[in-house]
Amino acid sequence: MIVAICFYIFAAVLVGSAVMVVFSKNPVHSVLFLILAFFNAAGLFVLLGAEFVAMILVIVYVGAVAVMFLFVVMMLDINFTELRKGVQEYLPIGLLIGFILLAEMAAIASGWSMSDDIATTITSATPPASEVTNTDAIGRVLYTDYIFLFQVAGLILLVAMIGAIVLTHRNRPGVKKQDIGKQVRRRRHEAYEAVKVKPGEGI
Amino acid sequence: MGKYLDIFVGWFGYRLEDWAFITFGTIANILVVALPVLLAVAMIVWVDRKVWAAIQIRKGPNIVGPFGLLQSFADGLKVFLKETIIPAGANKFLFLLAPALSLIFGLVGWAVIPFGEGLVISDLNVGILYLFAVSSLAVYGIIIAGWASNSRYAFLGAMRSAAQMVSYEVSIGFVLVTVLMCVGSLNLTDVVMAQKGVGFGIFNGYFFTGLLPMFFIFFISALAETNRTPFDLPEAEEEIVAGFQIEYSSMSMALFYLGEYANIILMCGMMSILFFGGWLPIFDWGPLYAIPGILWLFIKMFFFFFCFAWIKASVPRYRYDQLMRLGWKVFLPVSLVWVILTSGYLVFFGRFAS
Repeated sequence: MIVAICFYIFAAVLVGSAVMVVFSKNPVHSVLFLILAFFNAAGLFVLLGAEFVAMILVIVYVGAVAVMFLFVVMMLDINFTELRKGVQEYLPIGLLIGFILLAEMAAIASGWSMSDDIATTITSATPPASEVTNTDAIGRVLYTDYIFLFQVAGLILLVAMIGAIVLTHRNRPGVKKQDIGKQVRRRRHEAYEAVKVKPGEGI
Repeated sequence: MGKYLDIFVGWFGYRLEDWAFITFGTIANILVVALPVLLAVAMIVWVDRKVWAAIQIRKGPNIVGPFGLLQSFADGLKVFLKETIIPAGANKFLFLLAPALSLIFGLVGWAVIPFGEGLVISDLNVGILYLFAVSSLAVYGIIIAGWASNSRYAFLGAMRSAAQMVSYEVSIGFVLVTVLMCVGSLNLTDVVMAQKGVGFGIFNGYFFTGLLPMFFIFFISALAETNRTPFDLPEAEEEIVAGFQIEYSSMSMALFYLGEYANIILMCGMMSILFFGGWLPIFDWGPLYAIPGILWLFIKMFFFFFCFAWIKASVPRYRYDQLMRLGWKVFLPVSLVWVILTSGYLVFFGRFAS
C-alpha cells in the first residue's frame, strides 16, 4: 500500500511539474519545475527497483545539466512581451507538428510487437533480479556485450566536444593571463636591475 | 535498524499495523540520526570558533555556559527572536525555500552513513552514488538564494558557487570511482569492511595504500564543495560582501549555516568511511576492537573537522581563476591518471573484486 501511495504521489507531481515546465511564465521557474520533474522520475525508478538509474538521473541531470540550464537562464535577459508576440503567428504550425508527432507515436505504439524468440536473440540471458544488483547488470550489458558501441558513442561525444571548443575558441590578444610556470621560472636578476643614477641626469 | 523498531514496539506495548509500523519506525530512525546531527552541528560551530581562537591566540567564546559551550544555543535563541526581512523585489517563495533546501540537502545524506556494522538508516546498495548525488545537490540552495534575492551581490555569489561546485564535483567523482573499483561495491558497509587490514596488513583504510593522493584530492575538493576557506568565494566578504547570504536575516540566515555545517560534517564522515576505514580502528590489532566502532568513527570525523578549522584559520582565499585552474588543470588530470593506474594495477594483479 505504501508503494502504491508513493507511486501516485510521484506520478502526480511528475505530470504536474512537467505541465508547469511548459506553462510557467518565468523561465527560471520552468527550470525549477524541470528539476522537480527529474526528482520525481528518480523516485519512480526507485519504486521500480532501478536504483542505479535513479541515482544517475539525479547526479547527471539534476546535479550537472540542470545547474547549467539554471546558470544560462538566469543570465539571460528575456523580454517577455517580445517573446509572446510571435505566439499567435506560430501557433498553427506548432499544432501541426505536435499532431504529426502524436500520430507517429500512436502508430508506433499500436504497431509494437515483440518476436516470440526474443529470449534467444538477446545476446546474454538476463539473470533474475534477486541474484545480481542492477549496477552489476547494467555494467555487464554496457561494458561487456556492447562495449564497441559504447566506445563509439564516447568517441562521437568527444569529437563533438572538441569541435565545439575549436569553433568557439578565440585567441584574443592583449588579455592578461597567469602563467604559473613562467612565474616560478622567474629569477631575481630578470626581475630588476640596479642602476647607478648620476645626480642631475636621470636614467 | 531493527533495534530501534523493537524499542518503539516496546513503548506502545503492541504491534502496530504493518504499514504504520514501517512508517513510524522509519520516522523514529530518522530522528535518531537527524537530532544528534543537529546537536553536533551546534557543538561543532563552537569547536570551530575555539580552534580559530586558539590559532589566533584569542580566547574564543567563553561566556555562555561552562567554557562557552552553550554559545551556539544562545546564538540560535537570539536568531529566532529577530525579524525575517524579505526584500521588496525578492521572489518570496523561492527566497524562503532556499535556506530550507540547503539544510535539507545537508541532512538527507546521513541516511546512508553507517555508524557501525548494521547501524545505518538505509543500507542502500548504491550508497556512494547516493552520497555523490546529495553532495551535488547542495548547490541548489545557494543558486536559488542568489537568484531569488534579486540583488547583484547575491547573484554574483550564486554564479561563483555554481561554477565552483560543478567543477570540483568532477574530481570527487573520479576519487569515488577509484575507491569503488578497489571495493567492487557501491555499498558503504562493504566499503568499510573491504578496508580491513588493507594497508600492509597493519592499517585499516585506503589512506595507507596507493590511494593516498586521491585522499588529498578528495579533502581539497571537499573544502571547495562545502564553500570553506580557501574556497569560500561565493561568500567572500571583501569582494562581494556576503555573496548569496547578503539579503538574509534571522532564522533563514541561520538555516544556511546549519546546512553548511551539516554538509561539512557529512564530508568528514565520507572521508573517514572512504579512506580511514569508517568504524574500524586505525590499526588492525585485536584489543583496539574493544573500543566501540561508533567512537572510532567520531574520532576520525572530529580529526578531519579540526583540519577544516585549522585550514580556515591559516590559509588565505584563492583567486577565482586560480580556483578554476586547480580544479580543471590539476585535479582532473591527476585523478583521471590515478583511475587508469589503479584499474591497471587491479587487472594486472588480478585483484578486481568480482
